[in-house]
Amino acid sequence: MATTDQEVTELIKREYEHGFVTDIEAHSFEPGLNEDVIARLSAIKKEPEFMLEWRLNAYRRWLEMEEPDWAHLGYDKIDYNSISYYSAPKRKEDMPQSLDEVDPELLRTYEKLGIPLHEREMLAGVAVDAVFDSVSVATTFKEPLAKAGVIFCSISEAIRDYPELVQKYLGSVVPHTDNFFAGLNSAVFSDGTFVYVPKGVRCPMELSTYFRINAANTGQFERTLIIADEGSHVSYLEGCTAPMRDENQLHAAVVELIALDDAEIKYSTVQNWYPGDEHGKGGIFNFVTKRGACMGKNSKISWTQVETGSAVTWKYPSCILRGENSVGEFYSVALTHNYQQADTGTKMIHLGKNTSSTIISKGISAGRSSNVYRGLVKFGPRAEGARNFTECDSLLIGDRCGAHTFPYIESLNKSAVVEHEATTSKVSDEQMFLCRQRGIDPERAVSMIVNGFCKEVFKELPMEFAVEAGKLLEVSLEGSVG
Amino acid sequence: MLSIKNLHASVEGNEILKGIDLEVKAGEVHAIMGPNGSGKSTLAQVLAGNDTFEVTAGEVIFSGDDLLEKKTEDRARDGVFLAFQYPVEIPGVSNMQFMRTAVNALRHHRGEPEMNAAEFMKLAREVSKQVDLDPAFLKRGVNEGFSGGEKKRNEIMQALMLQPSLAILDETDSGLDIDALKVVSDGVNALRSEDRAILMVTHYQRLLDHIVPDFVHVLADGKIVKSGGRELALELEERGYSWLGIAEDEATEASSAN
Repeated sequence: MATTDQEVTELIKREYEHGFVTDIEAHSFEPGLNEDVIARLSAIKKEPEFMLEWRLNAYRRWLEMEEPDWAHLGYDKIDYNSISYYSAPKRKEDMPQSLDEVDPELLRTYEKLGIPLHEREMLAGVAVDAVFDSVSVATTFKEPLAKAGVIFCSISEAIRDYPELVQKYLGSVVPHTDNFFAGLNSAVFSDGTFVYVPKGVRCPMELSTYFRINAANTGQFERTLIIADEGSHVSYLEGCTAPMRDENQLHAAVVELIALDDAEIKYSTVQNWYPGDEHGKGGIFNFVTKRGACMGKNSKISWTQVETGSAVTWKYPSCILRGENSVGEFYSVALTHNYQQADTGTKMIHLGKNTSSTIISKGISAGRSSNVYRGLVKFGPRAEGARNFTECDSLLIGDRCGAHTFPYIESLNKSAVVEHEATTSKVSDEQMFLCRQRGIDPERAVSMIVNGFCKEVFKELPMEFAVEAGKLLEVSLEGSVG
Repeated sequence: MLSIKNLHASVEGNEILKGIDLEVKAGEVHAIMGPNGSGKSTLAQVLAGNDTFEVTAGEVIFSGDDLLEKKTEDRARDGVFLAFQYPVEIPGVSNMQFMRTAVNALRHHRGEPEMNAAEFMKLAREVSKQVDLDPAFLKRGVNEGFSGGEKKRNEIMQALMLQPSLAILDETDSGLDIDALKVVSDGVNALRSEDRAILMVTHYQRLLDHIVPDFVHVLADGKIVKSGGRELALELEERGYSWLGIAEDEATEASSAN
């Protein structure tokens, strides 16, 4: 079906919709990384002494670390000294107290992205802690959250206002020694989100942060820390877009989740950073360490991700299931096209008794992209009665892309049970013909077929995110099929 | 409504259709019969716009327009419907979503407002009863885990939902037991109307007991070798194809290849 192939190729060519640059005067550091840069960063953020020490420790250790090369990825070496480690939108005085005080240019940017804060605020009832480049500029709904005792603020604020909580938990799940990118992040993290849900509290609304990389040549190093105290519940949404750029932009975030006894954290991501153009030029390098610790008994951590962006993705949201009967979940849709490369998956580390985990991974490859699922399911010696179910499905669009699955299973406990299912399929000419014969646009058809393939994951997303994710797939697919 | 002149089509360099001429007027039901491998299904696929097949010569005029110029989806929007012989599965996409998207694509093309979910469900429920499908099937994936008979009934349901001006039925009777055949035939008969034409591709005469055609054409080796009325089908049943000069071994070979 040569025509269909061609049509699909045409569709894929659609340009990145969110490729625009906001004209806001940025206050940025000169490129380069050394102890002085870290000290200046820490000073700008008015951080307490312990934080500077923490960062410097991480930096010194990082200098001895090597960039990992085991992933199924190819990219030019990153020069960490060509990156600027701080950039913030210029502000008149202090942090804006309300949306009225937010730079209108910034608000227009969000509107272009289809996420007007005003509407979100009113319609969705979602508190948005908007991260524009490196500094939080708008936080809404602080009051009802405060009433419930929920702390939802930027990590910079948390370091100043809640140093005990930060000191206790920061780096407790992802230590700075964990891996090269986590080490770098620990040294230079710019901003991010902090959430603390106290004992027995069910967070009254879904918390959401929109990340956006903006200034040229600026590394973005988000740090997120979410703590759900005993018997609490919180759902957190993270979504991202980025303007079109020629240079590759590095992103190395760290997300740490901690769930104590009977607590539950649901973390959902829609990631749509600039993937590079159709020739593989530009795009974000996304090296993220996301990990949650189910510390308490009956605790639960659930990761749901929809990954459509970035030129290179290296990301394995994981769960350490320490508490008895704790539950870990990973639901993922990763879509790559053109020359995108994704090496993503999860680790489920079963340490406690009767712990259980579920992994549902849907990889979609189009164009000349490469899409890898890499997963580790591990059972420790004390993980009596632990069990895992893994399902990895790959969908190929066209015949020039690749899908690979690397599932690792390590068991030190004989009572552990693992189930693994994997399938690979294609969007077939027959499916396309059926849809088109019923009057459906090829583009709509591809999107419908792919959405059907991802259904199991989308149903895990909060309602408004599920709609967004569907739309995002449609935009990102922008044609594909063979 | 449909005028086919000297239509030639091939797949991977092999010529399958070798000069088809056919006139179909609104309100008529035509049956295309013939041994396996004679090109019946190819004709149906070419008319619907499956670009696996290359049209090498000839023309097809549909409602005054050059049909072959048009993309598959535009033909569908203009009223060409193909009931597939082997309907494909689309996992995870519900029948409801699929049909509603299709119905609304056609409505959009006609400048009509989209049908909302409630309106659509009401219609879909009624029509599903007509083809004896449990409305619960609307929630299932398109053809996912359907039996052969369910798939065929689903195709007819889609025809009833979309109300095409030209319905092409490709071996809609194959693999059906007698009850299912009755249901499907009733559905097709419900489609018959003065402003609609039906082109039925079939291997067996038995379908024509239920859906009585106005014209019967015999296709052999890519050409229509004989046309007649209903009685031609009965004659074929009695005498086979050999009296028309179609070699028995060709017919047999083709059958066994099936």
